[in-house]
Amino acid sequence: MKFDIYDFSVLTASIHKSLSEMMSETAVMITEMVIVGIIFLTLFAVLGLALVYAERKVCAFFQQRLGPMRVGFWGTAQTVADAIKLLLKEPLMTKSADKFLFNLAPFIIIIASFMAIAAVPFALGLQTLDLNIGVFYVTAVSSIGVAGILIAGWASNNKYSLIGAMRSGAQIVSYELSVGLSLLTIVILTGSLQFSEIIESQREGWWIFRGHIPAFIAFVIYLIAGTAETNRGPFDLAEAESELTAGFHTEYSGMKFAFFFLAEFVNMFIISAIGATMFLGGWMPLHFGELTAFNEIMDFIPPIFWFLGKTAFLIFIMMWFKWTFPRLRIDQLLTLEWKYLLPINLINILIMAFVVLMGWYF
Amino acid sequence: MERIELQNKINSFGVEVTFAESEVPTQFLTAEVSSENVHALISELKNNSDTSFDYMFCQTGIDFPEHIEVLYHLRNTQNNSEIVIKAKIEDRENPSIDSVFDLYKTADFHEREIFDLFGVKFNNHPDLRRILLDDDWEGYPLRKDYVDEVNIVEL
Amino acid sequence: MRVKELHKATESQEYFVNMGPQHPSTHGVLRLLLTLDGETVTKVEPHLGYIHRSIEKMCEKDSYQQIVHLTDRMDYLSCHMNNEAVCLAVEKGLELEVSERVKVIRTIISELTRLSSHQLWWGVMGMDLGAITSFLYGFRDREMITDIFEETCGARLTMNYNIPGGLMFDIPTNFQAKVKEFITHFRKKLPEYDQLMTNNIIFRNRTEGVGILTKKDAISYGVTGPSGRASGWSNDVRKSNPYSAYDRVDFKEIIYTEGDSFARYQARIQEMWESMNIIDQLIDNIPEGNYQEKTRAVIKLPKTEIYQTVETARGELGVYINSDGKKNPYRVKFRSPGFSNLNALNTMAKGGKIADLVTIMSTIDLVIPDIDR
Repeated sequence: MKFDIYDFSVLTASIHKSLSEMMSETAVMITEMVIVGIIFLTLFAVLGLALVYAERKVCAFFQQRLGPMRVGFWGTAQTVADAIKLLLKEPLMTKSADKFLFNLAPFIIIIASFMAIAAVPFALGLQTLDLNIGVFYVTAVSSIGVAGILIAGWASNNKYSLIGAMRSGAQIVSYELSVGLSLLTIVILTGSLQFSEIIESQREGWWIFRGHIPAFIAFVIYLIAGTAETNRGPFDLAEAESELTAGFHTEYSGMKFAFFFLAEFVNMFIISAIGATMFLGGWMPLHFGELTAFNEIMDFIPPIFWFLGKTAFLIFIMMWFKWTFPRLRIDQLLTLEWKYLLPINLINILIMAFVVLMGWYF
Repeated sequence: MERIELQNKINSFGVEVTFAESEVPTQFLTAEVSSENVHALISELKNNSDTSFDYMFCQTGIDFPEHIEVLYHLRNTQNNSEIVIKAKIEDRENPSIDSVFDLYKTADFHEREIFDLFGVKFNNHPDLRRILLDDDWEGYPLRKDYVDEVNIVEL
Repeated sequence: MRVKELHKATESQEYFVNMGPQHPSTHGVLRLLLTLDGETVTKVEPHLGYIHRSIEKMCEKDSYQQIVHLTDRMDYLSCHMNNEAVCLAVEKGLELEVSERVKVIRTIISELTRLSSHQLWWGVMGMDLGAITSFLYGFRDREMITDIFEETCGARLTMNYNIPGGLMFDIPTNFQAKVKEFITHFRKKLPEYDQLMTNNIIFRNRTEGVGILTKKDAISYGVTGPSGRASGWSNDVRKSNPYSAYDRVDFKEIIYTEGDSFARYQARIQEMWESMNIIDQLIDNIPEGNYQEKTRAVIKLPKTEIYQTVETARGELGVYINSDGKKNPYRVKFRSPGFSNLNALNTMAKGGKIADLVTIMSTIDLVIPDIDR
């Protein structure tokens, strides 16, 4: 069937060719790394701005009010104003805090987010790291963020922060299992860990439809565990405002606090992006196997919009959780993971393996 | 229970108590007792199955020129009868009285408040400290002879 | 800090954490000194007095009309009921009988105040537990009541509508229509509250079985109001010592026996339904009459002691006035419900987690100026 989606690797190859005509091998490599780095920094900033604005508007929608409306057209410049405010704030540090670790913690979290977002496929050929162990790499790298949170809580020399960091550490480590196992369910269907191959395999249709029941269960578990991974929604007791003031980032102000804040939103984006890639087809338009005419109509919408649309949908669902449900207590949260989600996940994997073996999927 | 009946019952407890006489009937039956006997009277009122006043709904202190009074307002939750016990403390310099914390746990905060604002010491109270004012406040504000040039403006 | 406790704490890995005085969920300036063992609370010690304004001492220098204005700064969410308590006490002392119109209007406005206080409580409870949206829903519904109050008495928070002898002004002409409109509107909204929080499984898990207060402890600590009624103790002042127009309306007293946070939550939600029933029974038949009885400009009570209780949204508020015949009272004591309710916090929170402590404090519905006076 015709497949005329624009292939970004053509563009990247031409850039590489023109650069290598100008300079030597290592210079080209360094220039390309710098270009990619700048693109990602801009992406982070833009994502942060857009997501914070979206969060405030969605939150206002659920609370039957309007949200930011005055700064800029319909409040669009609100986040820019917030960013400027955070930049101008005094970076306080308590005297008895551990200086080196206190300053290190936000950077660790940002580094973890950076490494994870590098592997996310935005469109055909528009992917920085297309490793053949893509899924494994992403789950491994997003665990580094835990170290940042624990270090932040410890280095603040504040009991509230320590309690918040301990809670968060236990929570993230537990829910990583569920995230990994639910992603594994899809890997069984595709047979490969590489992201580009996973998306290629969804050309006939997205896995959530083709994998029917086990894939849907895995999707629901992934959503729950993913929200818990980013310390959001009903699982945000690490930064529970009404209990511990601000949890592990109580003592941070100014730009360092902005890093934590930004990292939370970018993590939300990454979790949604990975979920959209594995379950909803990534940048692959909605195809239904045989219906070629339908598929060609779907192909008209560029893949980057498909990808952003799916990710936005999942982000909306995560925001919906946060503003509706009350918070879970720490022991209820861990009970949920170890006594409910993990057994369901394991049984689901067995069912999926059986389904694949018998060929009972579309 | 009627007031006369209650009065007779209390007289039969064996604790020295006087009932105030007045032309206009008071809102509650009022029993006056000395500060040494008040714990015995109240514990009898609570534990005796005929009276069984199990709810103390108010505990107050009043400062009179010659003595300090501690008032206990008790109620029976079954038949809603109420009674007021007035304990007179003659010594205004070092007033002290037995605590009723072992009978009513609500006395914990109420007695701390009376200690804070009147200076009455309660014996056998588990944790007698100031509750509404700072720990190092000097003086007892609700006494009539309390003078504070800074905060109180005499008109 | 007691030295013996400090030694014990350092041996057994217990540590101290301060919650407050500035804290988002202590509902005012309250400092709680928690002794924690990991995440489990072993002791809660409230430190009060951050907003102590010596109202009782001020009352000794004020006239009886002026005392009324001090009371609505105590429990600012049930201010009409606080005012009513003092006015009823003074009227009892003067043996003054107010007209039926005044009694019925006082009851209607008391129940509206109770509704608005419970709405705010519901919103803040959701916010404490993490469902921040409920805060806005509670306040949105409360706006209609504060609009009615603003038209009637001119203020949204400190209403001062009662005076000894009656009401300060007569009700406006559209009062009945507006109240009926509000009741119709809120009857449709209250089931939404159930949908959002009461039947939510996360909420249930956070509140069921948490902070149990037995009936014996409730009576011993003097925990009145919906918190005490949720432990099985029938202590509604409106039933046992009826005042104003409560003796002629028909309403249920809400009693639950479990004594946990969910029972306290349910008790307040059901009380909102009962309040609406009471208003429905009274709003159509407000009798004609004086809205104010004539009293002297300078009120002097005879040499008596008066005790008047009313049922505020938090529990039993008692006003004890000891007068010696002069124009200022000799001693005024306010038995505030929050003071006794807070006393029971240690018993309820011991053995639970920090998150449970927040839940318990929300369900007791503390207002700190009521405690500190």
